Amino acid sequence: MKFTLSWLKEHLDTDASVEKIAETLTQIGLEVEEVINPFDNMEGFVTAKVEEVEDHPDSDHLHVLKVNDGNQILQIVCGAPNVKKGMIGILAHVGAYIPLFGEKIKAGKIRGVESCGMMCAEDEIGVGSDHQGIIELPATSPVGLTLAEVYKADPVFDISITPNRAECLGVRGVARDLAAAGLGKLKPLNIPKPNSSFASPIKVKVEDFGACPVYTGRYIRGVNNKAETPKWMKDRLTAIGLRSISPLVDVTNYINYDMARPLHVFDADKLKGDICVRMAKDGEEFVSLEEKKYLLDNQSLGICDDEGIQCLGGVMGGNSKGCSADTVNVFLESALFNPVCIARTGRKFQIDSDSRYRYERWVDPNSNVLGSDYATNLILQICGGEASEIEIAGAENYKPVTTYIRPERLKNFIGIEVSVAKIVEILQRLGFETKEEGDKIWAITPTWRGDIEGEHDLVEEVVRMIGLDNVPAESMPKAYFPEQTLKPEQRRVVTIRHELAARGMLETVTWSFTDSKLAKDFRKGKEPVLLCNPITAEMDEMRPSVLINLLQGLKSNIARGYQDVCLFECGPEFFGRKPGEQRLVAAGIRSGYINKKHWLKEERAFDVFDVKADAMAVIAAANGPAESAKISTDAPEYYHPGRSGVLRLGANVIAYFGEIHPAILKKFGIKQRVCAFEVLVDNIPLPRNSKDKAKKKLELSLLQPVDKDMAFIVDRKIKADDVIAAAKNADRNYIAEVRVFDVYEGENLPEDKKSIALTLRFQPREATFSDQDIETLMMKVEQAEKAKCNAVLRDA
Amino acid sequence: MENIEDLKAKTLEDIAKAADVKMLEDIKVAVLGKKGAITEQMKGLALLSVDEKKVVGQKLNLVKGEIEQALDNRKEELAKRELDEKLKKEIIDVTLPIRDENLGRVHPVSKIYEEVVAIFGEMGFEIADGPDIEDQFHNFNALNTPANHPARQMQDTFYIPNPESDNFDDSYVVRTQTSAVQIRTMEKKQPPIRIIAPGRTYRSDYDATHTPMFHQVEGLVVDKVTTFANLKGCLYDFVKAFFELDELPVRYRPSYFPFTEPSAEMDIGCKKSKTELKIGAGNDWLEILGCGMVHPNVLKACGINPDEYQGFAFGMGLDRLAMLKYGIPDLRTFFESDVRWLKHYGFMPLDLSSMTGGLSNTGGLTR
Repeated sequence: MKFTLSWLKEHLDTDASVEKIAETLTQIGLEVEEVINPFDNMEGFVTAKVEEVEDHPDSDHLHVLKVNDGNQILQIVCGAPNVKKGMIGILAHVGAYIPLFGEKIKAGKIRGVESCGMMCAEDEIGVGSDHQGIIELPATSPVGLTLAEVYKADPVFDISITPNRAECLGVRGVARDLAAAGLGKLKPLNIPKPNSSFASPIKVKVEDFGACPVYTGRYIRGVNNKAETPKWMKDRLTAIGLRSISPLVDVTNYINYDMARPLHVFDADKLKGDICVRMAKDGEEFVSLEEKKYLLDNQSLGICDDEGIQCLGGVMGGNSKGCSADTVNVFLESALFNPVCIARTGRKFQIDSDSRYRYERWVDPNSNVLGSDYATNLILQICGGEASEIEIAGAENYKPVTTYIRPERLKNFIGIEVSVAKIVEILQRLGFETKEEGDKIWAITPTWRGDIEGEHDLVEEVVRMIGLDNVPAESMPKAYFPEQTLKPEQRRVVTIRHELAARGMLETVTWSFTDSKLAKDFRKGKEPVLLCNPITAEMDEMRPSVLINLLQGLKSNIARGYQDVCLFECGPEFFGRKPGEQRLVAAGIRSGYINKKHWLKEERAFDVFDVKADAMAVIAAANGPAESAKISTDAPEYYHPGRSGVLRLGANVIAYFGEIHPAILKKFGIKQRVCAFEVLVDNIPLPRNSKDKAKKKLELSLLQPVDKDMAFIVDRKIKADDVIAAAKNADRNYIAEVRVFDVYEGENLPEDKKSIALTLRFQPREATFSDQDIETLMMKVEQAEKAKCNAVLRDA
Repeated sequence: MENIEDLKAKTLEDIAKAADVKMLEDIKVAVLGKKGAITEQMKGLALLSVDEKKVVGQKLNLVKGEIEQALDNRKEELAKRELDEKLKKEIIDVTLPIRDENLGRVHPVSKIYEEVVAIFGEMGFEIADGPDIEDQFHNFNALNTPANHPARQMQDTFYIPNPESDNFDDSYVVRTQTSAVQIRTMEKKQPPIRIIAPGRTYRSDYDATHTPMFHQVEGLVVDKVTTFANLKGCLYDFVKAFFELDELPVRYRPSYFPFTEPSAEMDIGCKKSKTELKIGAGNDWLEILGCGMVHPNVLKACGINPDEYQGFAFGMGLDRLAMLKYGIPDLRTFFESDVRWLKHYGFMPLDLSSMTGGLSNTGGLTR
């Protein structure tokens, strides 16, 4: 909402400075976005003194001037008849932009004489309309002043109005709020009844008073719409960014911004028959002012004549019955529409207008006749003509809300004490009628306020006017002793993040959205969760896997020349459209080299065992039993079928890991191997909250363990996991650790066989092992491997 | 019998001249060995009288001790020299670079989450979570924002169709505010309530200062006594702790949110120039959060009696807090996964935030 200072002063009697007004507006909740001084952006203009005037050697009307701008003496060629030695005017330096010309001043020669600037006329810099000669300032004016220092421009305030303060979409509402805040006096409104000499030949009828409680119309005959809109009105409209169109349209626009009162004018000669306000029929056509065709439904309100819908009530005028320069007879509409109906229509047909904006918030329901009178007066003043009596359908009899406020409530709810007298004063200045009764102050809401429902609203009004900064700040009482701030399921996410970062991965945060074209392969058989109104086609689905976005992140990093990338994200993936059909996933990708070429280390690319380690580290960080998870090879189809795994606890999947399927990478345009993991954090059981936090007793043996190597030949399809398990289970008491130190396939072994070499650590418990003991243990292992894995001990 | 003094002098000289351990061994054998000079003399003691035996024996023992000591010293000396020689050959260039250590980083949004949790945890708040996809009841209606409320248009909402209904009002939304978690909390729990709800939020807006997804933290206090003055105290304590400043001017401007009344926006003091923004004392103000007393209709929607209970709510952007505190210029870069950005603006894995140990730590290695 914009307005100028002079416009504000039309309603507010105040001496306050622009700065004070701006500060107060913000303090009372009408936040100032900007105060624009029109001269602030005009650079290169200064006051300057004409020190010498000589005739141009090659012209009979041009002069050559020496002009002093306080800094330097400039030579300027000037053709103004009123130029004289010693006068002070406005100098435009080279480079200054002249709005009237639409271009910048250039240095150059005029008929062979150098000219370095221009002395300005009023119209050239927009401070007046005179073009007879250059500006002459009082002889006492100092040189070197900027335009803003010389001319008092009418500053433009740009404030943002919250949806509850519809009355401040009119300058009068803003003025009233400022007056209530003590910044001057609200001037009385003086809108006399226009003289009406005849009855309107166009009658009005409303079919649905729910959608349109009041409709008024007035016929004004014999107007001249070619008349000039008065300068003051034009200036104000231009200042707030509206174009002056014709006096009739300008008047309705002006009142819309002056009083927050929307109006509409029809060319009465184009209307056929009477006005009927009714709901549209399904499929009924309406062509807007902007010549756009709409097919309406039966919940849209039409302002109709005998030829159909001419105006989408309160939202947008039609194109065929509007006013033009040739309009002679006018039908002026001033009406009240149901905000819900307006909002629905506006939203459905995506029409934004100043009128809709106001109606869907709140328009003073008892301002229809007043608005009509105001507009009629202005139209008669500017365009001449004669007004009819007003036609009214419905009654202007809105009963405002009556509620109360208790000073005690202010104290207990806000934390300040305010006297009854102060509360009453504030409410009255805001337009409430008040009455004290016991511990309550009753207040009748002014009809221009649609946001007052009860005591909490009056509390807000009083606090707003007293100033939020005048409420003391009191720290939260500390007596309240909280539960643990982060619940275990929240805390473990923090731990996971730090664990993965410590493992060398960079945490990223990516959109919860993703590209449905890429997401297709990641849905694991679920329906896509698509948005109705995505912001771009690449962000049209709630992601079924975090990996999609991580792969895109990898791709853009590769494109920037960074091929060695480890990214992870802890965030939701979505498997359904309903609230809650999402789960928390800690996902990561590793691609490129873990060791680049280095003088100390062999080069090594990331592989599946890096991400398997990540997945297990995440599970451990979440306090999950990573060691007892079962590994299978049925990872989702976006993983490499032969280089991926699934970690399960019971039936629950807790993690996927592996290389990304090359066909998927191709779709992303990624040409290097990518290893990835996804840990379904929600599926990791939370540790039971045992009250005893004591750790298991540590058993330390004084006896040295013995390491022995054993290699087994097994079928290739046998899993290492099973070979290890068989060894471990051969004797759970004495076999403390099993490590795989070699896996071999190829020469010296049958085609379908492989060798797995283990280091076994035997831990004596009671006494040092004898050779016999160790032999027995190794025998047990050999037998277990044979039984479980059909393994044969490889000859040493 | 050889003069014992001569023997001693000669032996000590030989020891000093010995060039390696082998030569020392030879000397030892020659003097102290089974047939060594001293050993022989020791054997000769038996022939002497008791008195002589005592004198010569003492003397011999003394010389023997001295020679042994000299041998040990020389041996150590030679060993040291030998080691020094060896070490001279082992010199490496320690200015060579270390092995790559792949240390990762924690994203600024996560860091801010942890800082915010630390501060509000200190004030007795718990952390509440809620779903990203919401129904309109929790995202709007229960927050005093019915279907045609103009405030719904202040936020461009992403919608998801409800497979069970054609009615637009039944479609789901991707939450536009974490305020929905307020409602879910109050539905489950009776006052007193002190929660914050950090999380992802979504609005259909994408330009230099808006991204379609961002992070908010919502706060809610409901009990019988909490006033607007407490709201101001709580938020002042928060911003001061968060920005780790001794002095931080704040101001409150009345504003409007459907779910609070009175509503306000809080500004913090700052100093703005074309190139820099400095939080703290200065001539400018910067909007930091929205807040207000919980609207009675919101309490009613959750089955809490507004005549008995009251409290406040607030909401602010985690990403925005990160930008302000850590000087990150562009919101959009938060979500671009650029490894250069993540390394630069991310935080070390062990940089933990607490009120007891401090929120931020800018020291440490950057690997």
